[in-house]
Amino acid sequence: MTDMIADCPDLKDGATILIGGFGDAGVALELIETVRDLNLRNLTVVSNGVGSGEYGLGLLIQSGSVGKMVCSYPRSSNSSIFEKLYVGGNIDLDVVPQGTMAERLRAGGAGIPAFYTATAYGTPLQAEKETREFDGRNYIMERAIKGDVALIQAAAGDRWGNLTYSKTARNFNPLMAMAASTTLVQVRHFVDKIDPEIVVTPGIFVDRIIETKENN
Amino acid sequence: MKLSSTDIARRVAGDIAEGSYVNLGIGMPMLVAEFLPNDLEFVLHTENGMLGMGPRASEDKEDWDLINAGKQAVTILPGGSFFHHADSFAMIRGGHIDISVLGAYEVAANGDIANWSLPGPKPPAVGGAMDLVAGAKQVWVILASHVAKQGAPKVVERCSLPLTGVACVDRIYSDLATIEVTPDGLVVKAIVSGLTEEDLRSKTGTSLSFAQDCLILTPDGS
Repeated sequence: MTDMIADCPDLKDGATILIGGFGDAGVALELIETVRDLNLRNLTVVSNGVGSGEYGLGLLIQSGSVGKMVCSYPRSSNSSIFEKLYVGGNIDLDVVPQGTMAERLRAGGAGIPAFYTATAYGTPLQAEKETREFDGRNYIMERAIKGDVALIQAAAGDRWGNLTYSKTARNFNPLMAMAASTTLVQVRHFVDKIDPEIVVTPGIFVDRIIETKENN
Repeated sequence: MKLSSTDIARRVAGDIAEGSYVNLGIGMPMLVAEFLPNDLEFVLHTENGMLGMGPRASEDKEDWDLINAGKQAVTILPGGSFFHHADSFAMIRGGHIDISVLGAYEVAANGDIANWSLPGPKPPAVGGAMDLVAGAKQVWVILASHVAKQGAPKVVERCSLPLTGVACVDRIYSDLATIEVTPDGLVVKAIVSGLTEEDLRSKTGTSLSFAQDCLILTPDGS
């Protein structure tokens, strides 16, 4: 895994890293912890949360590699790592509604620079964003999110990069796989081939795959 | 007299039409699932990517790939499906979810809701709340207590806390009353037994009218 990461020029100081997962489901723990060992600085991390505990994303944040979190739910019942850094003014935070974050990632992967949504209209998260009325309803403009690197967890992958996921461990993973310049995937099972009818992420969105047998 | 949390959950469940696609928020709204009649079919949506969510998994059957938005291990019912987050929120934003049930700190007379951010140093966390209130066809709010701990009303003329959404709440279920948000203001559809209209008004921060057929609610004591 270290080889796969070391040979990835997009993994550098200041990079934007997309990290899939929701709670502990679908989190590429081994990839995240390998990135942590690179001791990068000033990363922007896009992920739904800030890690569920003192592992994975929690450790990456604790290591000081992350300058900014873009997420919908920066709270964790099992860890105060992020909260301490945030309260101390040592990490930036951009809170994004969960569905808006998902669609911004999808747009990023689909070549759509921005879109309008009613979500967050009239709230503090509207901020200075452009607004527009369509058919009598007010919307705000949201920009696409693109990443330099995505860290993805999948159930199975083949040598073409096709992926399937397990249950609700799918979550943000297929969107982030689309939205990054380099998509790194850890799979539980590297297989000869996947039935084309059940492929969720087509291999065009995937750059590298590694099999991890760990318990995740 | 007041309604218990289970009384409120039972009332909400009883008002959900058979066949509805429903998203139940984390915490007390999840309790509603326990009171949906078993002989009717409902489809529960959880925004982390599942339709047809079933009850919590028993301890020996927990599968941490199969969780709800509250990150609890759950089950999936026959006819259920899994999907990614963009599809999940397309269901919400696209108006395919019939009812979103969620909690709130404040609800205003015009249907504004504040339920995501309190003053203080902690990082603000919104999750999917803004998407749900803006997108679901119906937004029902549960207030486990009609007033805050210090007695301040939660049903108010105008929210003082940061908004989650504007003019989006359709109905409020509290321990004292069920209230509809209408273009003409708040209309009380049901009130707990023993409480007068004046009592309810004194605990509410905006004007109320009472439906002609206003129900009297009796707590089950459970």
